[in-house]
Amino acid sequence: MQKDPQLAKYMAKDNMTSKDTVLEVNDLHTYFFNRRGITKAVDGVSFSLKEGETLGIVGESGCGKTMTALSLLGLIPKPAARIVSGEILLDGEDLVQKSAKEMQEIRGKKISMILQDPQTSLNPVFSIGNQVMEALGVSHKFGRKEMVSRAIDALRNVRVAAPERRMSDYPHQMSGGMKQRVIGAIAISSTPKVIIADEPTTALDVTIQLQYLELLREIQQETGLAIIFITHDFGIVARMCDRVAVMYAGRIIESADVRTLFNSPTHPYTQALMESVPRMDRTDRLFAIEGQPPALFALPEGCRFADRCSHVRERCSQEYPPILQPETGHDVSCWMVDQTWDQAPQEAVS
Amino acid sequence: MNNELLKVDNLTKFFPVTKGLLLMKTVGQVQAVDHINFSINEGETLGLVGESGCGKTTTTKLILRLEQPTDGAVYLNGQDIQEFSGDALKEYRTQVQAVFQDPWSSLSPRMKVRDLISESLIVNRDVTKQEKNDRVAEVMDQVGLHADQADLYPHEFSGGQRQRIAVASALASYPKLIILDEPVSALDVSIRAQVMNLLVDLQQQTGIAFLLVAHNLATVRYMAHQTAVMYLGQIIEYSPTEELYENPLHPYTKALFSAALPAHPDDQREETILTGEVPSPMNPPKGCRFHPRCPIANADPKLMARCSEEIPVPLNVGNNHIVNCHLYD
Repeated sequence: MQKDPQLAKYMAKDNMTSKDTVLEVNDLHTYFFNRRGITKAVDGVSFSLKEGETLGIVGESGCGKTMTALSLLGLIPKPAARIVSGEILLDGEDLVQKSAKEMQEIRGKKISMILQDPQTSLNPVFSIGNQVMEALGVSHKFGRKEMVSRAIDALRNVRVAAPERRMSDYPHQMSGGMKQRVIGAIAISSTPKVIIADEPTTALDVTIQLQYLELLREIQQETGLAIIFITHDFGIVARMCDRVAVMYAGRIIESADVRTLFNSPTHPYTQALMESVPRMDRTDRLFAIEGQPPALFALPEGCRFADRCSHVRERCSQEYPPILQPETGHDVSCWMVDQTWDQAPQEAVS
Repeated sequence: MNNELLKVDNLTKFFPVTKGLLLMKTVGQVQAVDHINFSINEGETLGLVGESGCGKTTTTKLILRLEQPTDGAVYLNGQDIQEFSGDALKEYRTQVQAVFQDPWSSLSPRMKVRDLISESLIVNRDVTKQEKNDRVAEVMDQVGLHADQADLYPHEFSGGQRQRIAVASALASYPKLIILDEPVSALDVSIRAQVMNLLVDLQQQTGIAFLLVAHNLATVRYMAHQTAVMYLGQIIEYSPTEELYENPLHPYTKALFSAALPAHPDDQREETILTGEVPSPMNPPKGCRFHPRCPIANADPKLMARCSEEIPVPLNVGNNHIVNCHLYD
């Protein structure tokens, strides 16, 4: 029978609303303390994730995407960085309160990560089989034979061809796409509830990228895994995600479900970012955002995008905008959404 | 119609693969670039698209004379670049410049911006100090930097600004062609647009030609007048950019375009997910190099028989659209 992908997608969406929340992050602050003062890498980030859902976190380098991910895994570089406040509730348990030892038990089993560069995330001196079995051994103790057969299954699950033979291969004998699959196999080997994928396809070629994205989606449908996709590419968001959060200078400035965000991007930064991406079907002049994001150790009092924003008014640089909702389920931190914006005097600051 | 500036004629580069330490035996050849042809007109951009390992970078190295071709030649204004030596070679080096992908590693951290920008001027031409400084100030202004930043070091600039420095140093010697090897892929999304717009503006102002090597298809569409698609060392489709993007013909080009990510979640398009990976260039498939992965040939045994034996020749299907595929024969 031919499955209608469109229909299947909507059915999956309907189921989702009734699913449980697996991860909830409340007002997370991760700061770096150094000679320059305090660098606010993550400065009040909140989001939640349901079973089987894909959340995209979009932003430019240095906006705090990766630090958010590392905070979830308890892998922030200590002692320079510290989670100053906030909660990370995974299945109701607060990960911020866990000791390093307890986190070791949780990492891999309940929450896991796929990194950007497949060349460096596998150990070059151990065979593939060895590394997959090591990951399996974290959560289960099996005999040697059982381990080998489970590792082969794990490789088969990520569509590695001839997994029996590949077990004794070393990472340098595999292509980038194949290595990224092995890393995927390691990440899901202990059936975690949440996977954080930090730009997993940036190092891959376009045709291989598509293969890999499709694989992740199939695995998600089979296992009900929740995925956090960290990316700077709106194309990946459009293809993969159910909901999106856009980050700028350590904070989420806009979040919504994927269609709402693409149909009505509201924060000027989101709009500008979308317009600055070249498209396959258009050749008109690109919109370029002038300037640079602010340094995270010297953040302005008000809106952090104010310096680069074309709609900026006096209020923007004085007060940080609260989270406002132009429609339900669409959060925007921008004064333009505020009711008083249109009534305020039009004294634009240059 | 603009004049032809650069012509690449049957350009070929094979790297020998050797075995043994003392008695080096050649056991095979990596066919990095295999008989490719294209030309670039004055003031125009040629986009070179393809996946990693398809020979894009080797092609740029051959044009920059950093590698010797195994066969074929590159002509600048009708002159074979292999025949240049001495002053003529120096002159060639000022005419053809390059901007690389990563502005963190392509700029020496020990040199001031002024020295970085003027290096190609000093090495290849006799200029006085005054001329040098004037030119540095002029190109810095052209790329949107302040002339008073000339005495800073690269680490004092952001990624986008560094790439502007790299562009300025390529521009300094009044080149006719700049090779842009993934010029924006190391930059942040919001900075990419700034640099792409800068390059397009510079081309309009100075009439410079670009060879743009990129894997991002949208970037190529935005900047290039002509586009060539490479697969495993060969150009398999070559056409004006508009025509190619409206009407891709080669099954590989189609697959490549369909693998580009959608611009909106509701964009429903036919996705061709290619099976397998690019074969090794040491031992490329016989006949058409794409045939083991080609979805059309694999569905038709009669066609497959031809594709796996006979090498497709370039066919002009109209509108200067050239494709190497038996389907259009």
